[in-house]
Amino acid sequence: MTELHHPGIDPAMARRNRRVALIGMFVAAGMVGLAYASVPLYQLFCQVTGFGGTPQTASEAPKGFIDRQMTVRFDSNVANDLAWTVTPAALVTDNIGKVDTVSYVATNNSDRPITGMAVFNVSPERAGVYFNKIECFCFTEQTLQPGETVDMPIVFFVDPELDDNQELDTIKEITLSYTFYASDNEGS
Amino acid sequence: MADTTAHLEAHATGHDHAAHAHEPTGWRRWVYSTNHKDIGVMYLIFAIVAGVVGGILSGFMRMELQEPGIQIFHGLASMAYGVEGGEALDAGKHMYNVFTSAHALIMIFFAVMPATMGGFANYFAPLMIGAPDTAFPRINNIAFWLLPPSFLLLIASMFFEGAGPGALGFGGGWTAYPPLSTTGHPGPAMDFVILSLHIAGISSILGSINLITTIFNMRAPGMTLHKMPLFAWSVLVTAFLLLLSLPVLAGGITMLLTDRNFGTAFFRPAEGGDPVLFQHLFWFFGHPEVYIMILPGFGMVSHIVSTFSRKPIFGYMAMAYAMVAIGFVGFVVWAHHMYTTGLSLDVQRYFVAATMVIAVPTGIKIFSWIATMWGGSITFKSPMLWAIGFIFLFTVGGVTGVVLANAGADRALHDTYYVVAHFHYVLSLGAVFSIFAGWYYWYPKMFGYMYNEFLAQAHFWIMFVGVNLIFFPQHFLGLAGMPRRYIDYPDAFGMFNRVSSIGYYITFVAMVIFFYATWEAARKKRPAGDNPWGEGATTLEWTLSSPPPFHQFTTLPRIDSTNAH
Repeated sequence: MTELHHPGIDPAMARRNRRVALIGMFVAAGMVGLAYASVPLYQLFCQVTGFGGTPQTASEAPKGFIDRQMTVRFDSNVANDLAWTVTPAALVTDNIGKVDTVSYVATNNSDRPITGMAVFNVSPERAGVYFNKIECFCFTEQTLQPGETVDMPIVFFVDPELDDNQELDTIKEITLSYTFYASDNEGS
Repeated sequence: MADTTAHLEAHATGHDHAAHAHEPTGWRRWVYSTNHKDIGVMYLIFAIVAGVVGGILSGFMRMELQEPGIQIFHGLASMAYGVEGGEALDAGKHMYNVFTSAHALIMIFFAVMPATMGGFANYFAPLMIGAPDTAFPRINNIAFWLLPPSFLLLIASMFFEGAGPGALGFGGGWTAYPPLSTTGHPGPAMDFVILSLHIAGISSILGSINLITTIFNMRAPGMTLHKMPLFAWSVLVTAFLLLLSLPVLAGGITMLLTDRNFGTAFFRPAEGGDPVLFQHLFWFFGHPEVYIMILPGFGMVSHIVSTFSRKPIFGYMAMAYAMVAIGFVGFVVWAHHMYTTGLSLDVQRYFVAATMVIAVPTGIKIFSWIATMWGGSITFKSPMLWAIGFIFLFTVGGVTGVVLANAGADRALHDTYYVVAHFHYVLSLGAVFSIFAGWYYWYPKMFGYMYNEFLAQAHFWIMFVGVNLIFFPQHFLGLAGMPRRYIDYPDAFGMFNRVSSIGYYITFVAMVIFFYATWEAARKKRPAGDNPWGEGATTLEWTLSSPPPFHQFTTLPRIDSTNAH
């Protein structure tokens, strides 16, 4: 390689140069790694903090309820390639901390069995961390037979700790939105 | 900055016969080039070609927006794709978005970055630190020659199916947010864009490793980091920004690529992904990127202001570390591009504060340039005009940047022409003016000939009027609520759009003058002399002949320890 070097570069300098370049390569590769590492970190961050309106799942009912009222609205969206109709539940107004049960109604409009799945989101996003679901159909695949209609129940409550968050002082409504997608293994 | 005591030696070695024996000629000199000066010149020519392409794209946009309604693009679409009627109208609307996306990507990756970090940094950073060449001349060659294929891929993307049948090219903006860049553009055009950016990214990463190594290891004896000229400082900081930010973009667009073609779900909510994650990754790169484009300009302007004020730069250390500070803080402000994505108030408060902090080191730089001029013996030669123009325009863009830093104000101004005006003031006007300042400052050094000063000044004044006419009214349009990235607008926005388009034509005339001035200088061949700027030009490149010898500093210059900046 010596003939490649400029007259001004002696072997010792070439060694030092290679070392800096190698470190540079590692830094670049490390940053690509960090970009990929951010994917699981970001998801973990969302689940822990409710960032981006990620609702929480709870295993038990809250300790009690408070005076403040909260209206919860329900919304549903269906992807273009899913031949379902999904009717969201009617809105519920209740004291914060009370457990309520509502149902979405889904119908398969096609003449073949279709498997769908749902993802969900809470708005305002800041309220996600206080929105607890005890039982729901989130992230479980569901197969509907041709023309079949099913009830999809949700048992939820709003955590009374929401009242301590100043940012949410003016919030009177929370919207829970579900988007339904066709699952890849259709009609298994 | 640092002076040299090896003036004469450097000259003598310029005519070293051994060095001349290896000097390649003809096409080999350029294609196989490992010479940092030749590669720098090739980068500059490449940047000019790409800048013309990007400028023509924006010309079509300005012609379209000159009047309300759609006048140009349906005709362009029927010419280019052979469609008629309503189909041509739809294709034209998509084509407009393709043009905005391509304009941005070309100007950023193929005009500004090759000009500053490719051209001027390659040519002058080694000269200024007294190095015979860059550390890895062959990597330098690869880095340059990766750019033309990358550019061709981006151009090619405009001729492949993008958003569906009849909608050619990628029209999702330079930010390429999913889902528009995934399910919204099922055709291969977006894959071309991704591959193009990958190659351009590799080119820049190789180039920055080369420059970092050169600046760390190959400074002339006595040239400590704290005696290093500010342009070399700016290149060092910029190279680090490139090295740390570009791989994140590469990761992000690789995720886009696999989401599009290989069934991954990084950004697909149907399978648990999150499209907002892409915005975080993109802007973690995208924000340092804007400093990548402007920092080398800071370095060049410092030398030009100092040269034409015949004074050393005011506050050298503060100037150097202000750039380091801008580089650091530039990495922790990315979400100010994302105020509308539902960040919590606390997160927004942090990003507002951090963003405003950047105004402090930037202010240090601007005040130091003014302090350098203060009491100086100023000559208003064309490089100085461009440098002062840069300072003025960059300050205007900086002020609107502080406005936009406020999450509250940004709610109203997000994705309006106010943002377009802001970033064109700092980049299209700021960065580009610094490039022209560097061009007219170093042209006699690079080519050995002097340009016509009258033409250079005419270029400056006409372009100064033109670009201000383009972009200043866009502030008003944005404040009035005109959104970005639309082919049409309500009649109420008509007047300022017309003014803006007239500004484009004036800028076009200025660019014609630029090319004429370059041609005229090449034809008249007025010898420039080693140092046409006199005693104010103190950096090492002015101790060499014009143009510098093929190999310089065979005997390294020694920097006098008593002769600090």
